[in-house]
Amino acid sequence: MAKLDRLQKLTILADAAKYDASCASSGSIKRNSKSSGGIGSTTGMGICHSYAPDGQCISLLKILLTNVCMFDCHYCINRSSSDVRRAAFTVDEVVDLTMDFYKRNYIEGLFLSSGIIRSPDYTMEMLVQVAKKLRIEHKFGGYIHLKTIPEADPALLADAGLYADRLSINIELPSDAAIAEFAPEKSGPLIRKTMADLSGRITEAKVERRKSRKAPLFAPGGHSTQMIVGADASDDAAILQTSAKLYTGVGLKRVYYSAFSPIPDASKRLPLAAPPLMREHRLYQADWMLRFYGFSVGEIIANAQGGLLDLDVDPKMAWALMNRQSFPVDLNRAPREMLLRVPGLGTKGVGAVVRARRFGRLRLADVERLCRSTRKMRPWIIAEDWHPGARLDSDMLRAQMARPAKQMDLFAA
Amino acid sequence: MIRIALAAETDIAGWRDAARGLLRAQIAPADVDWQVGRDSLFDHAGDDRSSVGGRANDIPPPRGPQPVISKELLRQIETALLHSDPERFALGYRIVYRAQSEPKIFLNPADPDMHRLRGLSKSIRRDIHKMHAFVRFRKIGSDENGRESFVAWFEPEHHITLAVAPFFRNRFTGMNWLIVTPEASIAWDGQTLATGPGGAKSDVPQEDAVEAEWKAYYGAIFNPARLKTKAMLAEMPAKYWKNLPEAALIPGLTREAETRMNAMIDKEQTAAIAIKDVMAPAQAHGFTDLDSLYKALSAATDYPQEDFSPTLVPGEGPGDAPMMFVGEQPGDQEDQAGRPFVGPAGQLLDRALAAASVNRDQAYVTNAVKRFKFVQRGKRRIHSKPSNQDVEYYRWWLEQERQIVQPQVIVALGATAVRALTGKSLTISRNRSQLIDYRDGAKLLITVHPSYLLRLPDGAGQKVEYEKFLRDLAMAQSALAA
Ligand code: SF4
Repeated sequence: MAKLDRLQKLTILADAAKYDASCASSGSIKRNSKSSGGIGSTTGMGICHSYAPDGQCISLLKILLTNVCMFDCHYCINRSSSDVRRAAFTVDEVVDLTMDFYKRNYIEGLFLSSGIIRSPDYTMEMLVQVAKKLRIEHKFGGYIHLKTIPEADPALLADAGLYADRLSINIELPSDAAIAEFAPEKSGPLIRKTMADLSGRITEAKVERRKSRKAPLFAPGGHSTQMIVGADASDDAAILQTSAKLYTGVGLKRVYYSAFSPIPDASKRLPLAAPPLMREHRLYQADWMLRFYGFSVGEIIANAQGGLLDLDVDPKMAWALMNRQSFPVDLNRAPREMLLRVPGLGTKGVGAVVRARRFGRLRLADVERLCRSTRKMRPWIIAEDWHPGARLDSDMLRAQMARPAKQMDLFAA
Repeated sequence: MIRIALAAETDIAGWRDAARGLLRAQIAPADVDWQVGRDSLFDHAGDDRSSVGGRANDIPPPRGPQPVISKELLRQIETALLHSDPERFALGYRIVYRAQSEPKIFLNPADPDMHRLRGLSKSIRRDIHKMHAFVRFRKIGSDENGRESFVAWFEPEHHITLAVAPFFRNRFTGMNWLIVTPEASIAWDGQTLATGPGGAKSDVPQEDAVEAEWKAYYGAIFNPARLKTKAMLAEMPAKYWKNLPEAALIPGLTREAETRMNAMIDKEQTAAIAIKDVMAPAQAHGFTDLDSLYKALSAATDYPQEDFSPTLVPGEGPGDAPMMFVGEQPGDQEDQAGRPFVGPAGQLLDRALAAASVNRDQAYVTNAVKRFKFVQRGKRRIHSKPSNQDVEYYRWWLEQERQIVQPQVIVALGATAVRALTGKSLTISRNRSQLIDYRDGAKLLITVHPSYLLRLPDGAGQKVEYEKFLRDLAMAQSALAA
């Protein structure tokens, strides 16, 4: 076989990385190169430098160091039993590519993960080397996200945090049983333990930083994880319960949901078709409710049929429809917590309502100015010149609030 | 009517000065006419006025105290003034004027003027954000110290070019760069941030070698299973495409997405059949017991024997074992003992069988090739891999062996065994760990040869592979129970 050049390797190793949902470059500290004279900055917010036709933000150079993997996770295109074309970057190739892309303003930084080659330690060491070289030799100030390997030596993880903005460990599947079945080399308890260690280190570093500005940073962008939806039989209730546990238990910043995507050369044990993309979307909405709107998992899934979220209405709307006795909510009076439960009213909208009502009683026209649209909201709110009246009790409400019968699901007949 | 002519679209300082003067003179917003540029229609004062507009001549003397404007409000207005909306200066003045009697006005998000201002500053922030995101540098060279120089062309929607300069300096401190827009240009040489006149797209080089890699990346990172062009367009409107090298790929990628998806699903549905196709029909049965089979093989002279030890190493185990393990060929130790799987690989297999609770008494172990093939190096006999021809020759004998033992499950250990059992070279990794239908209702399970585990360089790696091997053995065992 002819030796692959950088472009060919890039094509193979980007293709292999695309099933990882996270591409965020947000949530880290602000940093720039003014004093270092190097290259790179982080804004804290993240920047999407391009968008692919699948609607995904392209923020980071998201690649694998290698797609050679000795593990055999069934849902993964890189598993040892898959017959995809294999390639491996050297540490220097990844470093140079990152710098070349960054200097042309294509990217915010690097998201590097890898198949497990030779051993978990060996692989993890290479990942750390890339980050270290970027930071120290190239004075790189951009964003670095390393996917870490739970099976590797904790000391390597500790090193990784010194150079990376964010670390992640994929939980992959919602239950230990599913992990054992579909990712036989991995272990749910080990993954959670590694996450907990990581979270401990992150918090510790934060405390030290508060005491002294000179204390080293450790993954200031926190840690995140990804869960695959629809590869195993877990329902949304199980998925959200797992997420809730991860948010409270191991201090995760984000859980990413990735609808299982039929991959070339898939393992025979997996479904051939993807779950509806809408399911993934609803999970993100429910996740948001957990993190920002003060809902509990129990409330969100109380009425989920067969443990699955309603695909026709968003989960906040679904909750409102089942809890009509709590509405209408008076925008001029209701406490913040209740405003957050109004369908169609987001965190920003709630903030605006609370600020604006100090200046006088809000009318529907005011609300329209504060929030983009009041269509979804109207049956649920009272404003100075507005009361939903009988609409709230109407049997038609659900139908009116359901999404237009447009299919987001590519595969539906 | 008082006319204020600002020096340029981005003359925010001029607006600020004029607004201060107008407020002190207590001029109502409706009585001010804001213009940009020296040759504006109302600019009747001649050439003696320099950069900043007509406040010296046109603004009446102060009547009230120094006006007070909250810093926060001023910041919001100044952002909005970068907008291309010609009404923006008037809106800004109206708000600061109203703020004199309602100082907290800017805290009320429901106020109509503030709402409009917010709309303007929102599109400014978006435009700035998009410029941060979509500028594409092209390399033009580097100096003797290796410091590189880059140039970019960009067309912002509003008057934001100067406002974004610090961002680019703070990010690309370690290189020289120049960004040219129709209205202005900004540049950094490591020392100073310079501003200059606008330019044209042709001022900027049209290619860069790394662009091909960027396009390859763009094409590869896209998942054809989830085409969502609307979401893409919302964030990357077509008006930006002309300056984004990767955008040229979008139509093609979109068109191909569905074809690629369908191909993937088709391939899946045919994959399962592939392995069955390689099964030749069972051959004629020549022997009824193992002893006579091995005796005949031992006596056979129809195949050249030079590279082989003369010793025949027969299979071993109960003649009616439900499980049959097929290896490659006997090694040095097996050859000396005349028994299969007694060397290091055999010991590993024994250990693995025990660990996977496979009953050794139920297993028949044999090799695809029944003699040790080697090359002599001094006193040592070095294992040499059997050729396809060797495998072909012994294959017939292996099939006879199988027909006598009639196992329910056959475990192929390594590539040679796979070839001997299927007549094909199948990739182990792709085909292992599944129960494949074999002749006479038996199941075939493909896995690695234990000697592969011994060759792995790394302890941790060995452990992973060993466990995988155990799982394969357990799977074979489970097929028996079924
Ligand atoms: S460890 Fe599993 S998920 Fe990760 S690359 Fe290897 S096979 Fe894929």
